[in-house]
Amino acid sequence: MKTDFLKGIRDGIPICLGYLSVSFGFGILAVGLGLSILSAVGISLTNLTSAGQVAGVGIIAAGGSLIEMALTQLVINIRYSLMGISLSQKLDGSFNTMHRMIASFGITDEIFAVAVSQKSVSPFYMYGLTVISALGWVSGTFLGAAAGNILPPSLSGAMGIVLYGMFLAIIIPPAKKEKGVLVAVLIAAFLSTIFEFVLKSVSGGFAIIICSVISAAVCAVLFPVSEEKEAEE
Amino acid sequence: MSVIIYIAVMAGVTYLIRMIPFTLFRKKIKSTFFRSFLYYIPYAVLSAITIPAIFYSTGNITTSVIGTVVAVALAYFKLPLIVVALAASAAAFIFGLFI
Repeated sequence: MKTDFLKGIRDGIPICLGYLSVSFGFGILAVGLGLSILSAVGISLTNLTSAGQVAGVGIIAAGGSLIEMALTQLVINIRYSLMGISLSQKLDGSFNTMHRMIASFGITDEIFAVAVSQKSVSPFYMYGLTVISALGWVSGTFLGAAAGNILPPSLSGAMGIVLYGMFLAIIIPPAKKEKGVLVAVLIAAFLSTIFEFVLKSVSGGFAIIICSVISAAVCAVLFPVSEEKEAEE
Repeated sequence: MSVIIYIAVMAGVTYLIRMIPFTLFRKKIKSTFFRSFLYYIPYAVLSAITIPAIFYSTGNITTSVIGTVVAVALAYFKLPLIVVALAASAAAFIFGLFI
């Protein structure tokens, strides 16, 4: 239990550092839109998500309706539902309903990515990952909101690549080994680029869902994964 | 409207999206298609999030590309996540000092 928690903390350190830099930007943004430091930190503590929060403070600043707020969060964050189902296949026997209800709070792109690459996932491993990541996310928000403009731009800019570097470290080794993963990565990257430059009106969260569902479905047909192969992972 | 109500709606919707499927989904999936689909989803999601966004992640396309190349090279040789992540950032930072 304790070992799992500590392993989660250790595996979560890159996430923590990445979050620190990304949420720093969120803190600056939120205060710039007229929110208090306390509101910015409160949002990060209760939401633990990047794109949804950025859209959310935009709606608050514009005085949008609560329906708009709820729908926007739904569209941007619905990918977490897919991730939750995917991750549910890896949970170990000690994951009862209560643990699931608590641990689900920590399903973010990054935590999911690290957790799903494990052989099996225990509740305390998830808690370790979540605690260290949330620490980075919340303290980065506070620092950005309180003192956003004192960091040299060269440093805050360079911190912006940390999370993406981690993502590449997760996808490249299996893509090197398995054709199916390589094709999934390439299709998703291609579609995502199309959305970025051609279909600009589609919101970021929604574009990610479309890209990944199409790509994963195509690969599931072309390169079905056998149960034995999955067990080898 | 009070900011706290907005925050409560944001947080509530986001939590339910995460909690409901993760808590209710208990079965091992039998369908090969669906299992394969879920197997590929994480790689597809991460790829879609990373590309093309990584190329302007530092606010400068040149330092972003340098950082990306370093990350790809180190990831190709299976270095640990933290090493790849920080090396990409360090490369972007150091290169940024010279342009």
